[in-house]
Amino acid sequence: MKVRQLCVVLAASALTLGLAGCGDSANDSGSGSGGDASGGSTGKAVKIGIKFDQPGLGLKKGNDYAGLDVDVAKYVAKELGSGEGDITWVQAPSAQRETLISTGQVDMIFATYSITDKRKETVSFAGPYFVAGQDLLVRGDDSSITGPETLTGKKLCSVTGSTSAQKVKDKYPGVQLQEFGTYSECVAALVSKGVDALTTDNTILAGYASQDQYKGKLKVVGKTFSEERYGVGIKKGDTALCEKINTALTKMVSSGDWQKAVDANLGPAGFKVDTAVNPPKPDACS
Amino acid sequence: MGEILSNYDVLAAFWGTIQLSILGTVGAMLLGTIVAILRLSPVRVFQWIGTWYVNTFRNTPLTLLMVFSILGLSFILGIQLNTTDVSSNVFRWAVVMLSVYHGAFICEALRSGVNTVPAGQAEAARAIGLTFGQSMQHVLLPQAFRGSVAPIGSTIIALIKNSTVAQVIGAGEAANLMSTIIENEGSRFSVFLIFAIGFVILTLPLGLLFTSMSRRLAVKR
Repeated sequence: MKVRQLCVVLAASALTLGLAGCGDSANDSGSGSGGDASGGSTGKAVKIGIKFDQPGLGLKKGNDYAGLDVDVAKYVAKELGSGEGDITWVQAPSAQRETLISTGQVDMIFATYSITDKRKETVSFAGPYFVAGQDLLVRGDDSSITGPETLTGKKLCSVTGSTSAQKVKDKYPGVQLQEFGTYSECVAALVSKGVDALTTDNTILAGYASQDQYKGKLKVVGKTFSEERYGVGIKKGDTALCEKINTALTKMVSSGDWQKAVDANLGPAGFKVDTAVNPPKPDACS
Repeated sequence: MGEILSNYDVLAAFWGTIQLSILGTVGAMLLGTIVAILRLSPVRVFQWIGTWYVNTFRNTPLTLLMVFSILGLSFILGIQLNTTDVSSNVFRWAVVMLSVYHGAFICEALRSGVNTVPAGQAEAARAIGLTFGQSMQHVLLPQAFRGSVAPIGSTIIALIKNSTVAQVIGAGEAANLMSTIIENEGSRFSVFLIFAIGFVILTLPLGLLFTSMSRRLAVKR
């Protein structure tokens, strides 16, 4: 048993290395699923930044990309006149998102990119297209954790420096916080009972809980304690593009495609979208 | 830039880096010396153990060692270096892994230092009846340390910079604060600059010190 768990951890660590190595490969990513995809490669080329390692949101599998961010990005691109074949997917790790936009390496970013005033100083946002919130992921058989107040004395995992980790440190000082470089390691720690809960946006948590190997073993608590409004990052001051994206997002919601994308990507783990705030109305462009 | 310096405790973060580096250096020197003695000993089994250690840990990705120490050793095998406090457990494991990783380099630096001592001296030591331990302690190692100041110095400087890898397990040091600042303020050049300057301040004087020490301490032959 221990040997097997050790092997899993070794594999997970090796994966981390792979991811770390990907950090600088923003430019050499493939061109989506090729010219035979719906829409074809007839429109204008567009470079879109997404996460490559976030199941349920933006995940690279071989040459395919899947997740809510990817589906929304494809829809918006189509409305802007670019087929799937015209999209160049670029990896956008959290720390590099502003740089990728301001240096023009990407045209739009759909990467769990929360709209904040600080970020608005360097980039502009269209949307939001989803309102997520910080939540907890626990083992399926754990009923002792029902919300952040019940965490005292428990071990909690999050990513080094992330907003979620900082919030827990400030608001719930009685919690023991273990930080890792990526959420995958936190999930491995949770499964091996090294930590009791994992905290970040509920969308990301639902993505992990929906993965085949974790189905039934992990559950999202479902009590959010923050609001993260995912926007589309674009070059600062490009209101024309912002208006177009907002129109596309509104159309995606009214046509029912938004709901379909959410259900397909986040639904499998029994994740309930908070309908009080979703689907959100796009902000005014500025 | 001033705003960042006033809002975040950059000095405390670098203090974490300094603590990690000092403890890691002490650990690496101890481990490295022990392994070097094993590799130089006349007993075949000890030589094998020393060689195995160096071949295993030399340039094994430090990220992997760090993550393995927490996920594998701490969580699955239950080897906690502090059972009550998560952050102190992480910090101690980070020190251990920095020591283990750089110990392999210190060992090889020392061995190269031993090779600067003419073979005649080792033979003379044996001839006057010194045991292996005595000849190591009084003849070979003192000269070996003096002969390998430069490579040991570069290993220590590498250790200081490699301490940033400890952020993958959330140890409190400079790179940890840097990712926090980038998350809150966005990635700006000034953020990078603050931390780059911090590491230059830590490593540049050390580099000069080791260069001059290697010149002054070298055994004149």
